[in-house]
Amino acid sequence: MNLEVILANMPKLLGGAVLTVELVILALAIGMVLALPAALMRVSRRTWLAWPAHAYIFFFRGTPLLVQIFLVYYGLSQFGWLRDSALWTILREPYWCAIIAFSLNTGAYTAEILRGGIQAVPVGEVEAARALGMSTALVYRHVVLPRAFRIALPAYGNEVILMLKGSALASTITLLDLTGMARTIIARTYMPVEIFFAAGVIYMAMTYVIVRAFAIAERRLNRHIGNLRA
Amino acid sequence: MVDFHGFADQLLLGALTTLRLALGALVVGLGLGLIGAVAKLAASPLPRWIADIYTTVVRGLPELLVVLIVYFGASGLLTAVAGSLGHEGFVEVGPYAAGVAALGLTFGAYATEVFRGAILAVPQGQREAAQSLGMGRWLTFRRVVLPQVWRIALPGLGNLFLVLLKDTSLVSVIGLEELMRKSAIAVGFTKEPFTFYLAAAFLYLAMTIVTTAILRRAERAAARGMREAPA
Repeated sequence: MNLEVILANMPKLLGGAVLTVELVILALAIGMVLALPAALMRVSRRTWLAWPAHAYIFFFRGTPLLVQIFLVYYGLSQFGWLRDSALWTILREPYWCAIIAFSLNTGAYTAEILRGGIQAVPVGEVEAARALGMSTALVYRHVVLPRAFRIALPAYGNEVILMLKGSALASTITLLDLTGMARTIIARTYMPVEIFFAAGVIYMAMTYVIVRAFAIAERRLNRHIGNLRA
Repeated sequence: MVDFHGFADQLLLGALTTLRLALGALVVGLGLGLIGAVAKLAASPLPRWIADIYTTVVRGLPELLVVLIVYFGASGLLTAVAGSLGHEGFVEVGPYAAGVAALGLTFGAYATEVFRGAILAVPQGQREAAQSLGMGRWLTFRRVVLPQVWRIALPGLGNLFLVLLKDTSLVSVIGLEELMRKSAIAVGFTKEPFTFYLAAAFLYLAMTIVTTAILRRAERAAARGMREAPA
């Protein structure tokens, strides 16, 4: 194990890690903005609302992330009218294509997680809210959604970690995230074991930070429930 | 309808390779998962320790990274071993073998947790009853625990297999000619990326739908005779 190679290239690897964190945070933020309406539409009893949400979620959960990235980055270039439009300055950049694909992907998974949370809210609480005369919007705002988010938090923590691991695919469309930077360095130094080891350690460190952050969040948000030791 | 310029059969061949890859990795992963679960529940700390490191490391790394590490690492390792035995030159591990190994490793790490939960879920009383009948530990495991583990673990393993199907697309990065790679080749010829990647997406969806249907029937068959929890 050649430690010098690792130390010499660590700044570059950390630079790649910064891009990884950027991609993940942005994708998660946009994904959440997509997921909430999608989840609400999915649980709606009006089929004209539920069906498009169901189709969106089904497509983005049923296909590999790699296909989705390629569809956005390579696929959209097939349409001449798109290439000639003003959107092209954004859509030809690998960075924004990655963000779009990641956001749509995590949006679909998060929508399902939120749906699970919404459907797990105890029915009695919703009935009580209705008995008090609350409108649907008020019920959602004050009773359902706060409860649903708290129920969904562990599953969402998993999704954040999965998004972190999915971000490695950005390297397939020339982005120099942590994996992309590692592959570039290996192409020059021909030392795959050391560099992949270093990249792996950085990914595991990031995963550990996320796991701890969610553990703290879960404990704080559920403090009113008290100490549930099985 | 849609013009595939003669590449339709290539896409279907790619889908077949995808399935072969997934099934190969499934076999490896199920084996590793079962061994890992037994190791995690072992009495002595060494197997527990090794299994813990295995699951923590493999579950903490991106699958793409695992594929790349196995591919480059295995080639490097075999070249070094062959070199010490006198062989000159580069020993290459094929992308199919590397893909099966990498995806099998990943599946095994997650499957370890599924199997572990399933083994723990078999009521302890059944083990005690088997013991009182004079059955040894291995016989108990084979005849009493394992058949029930299959039923309990099936939904979790089914989910993992669906993820595995999609992760096979990553092996295209190391050149295996499965569905993604075949689509990319077709795109190179026809310059119609949207058509072909969308076709690939629908093929993956089709495989997902078929797998889900098979899993549902398997779950029902495995739970034959069990009373369902009152809804």
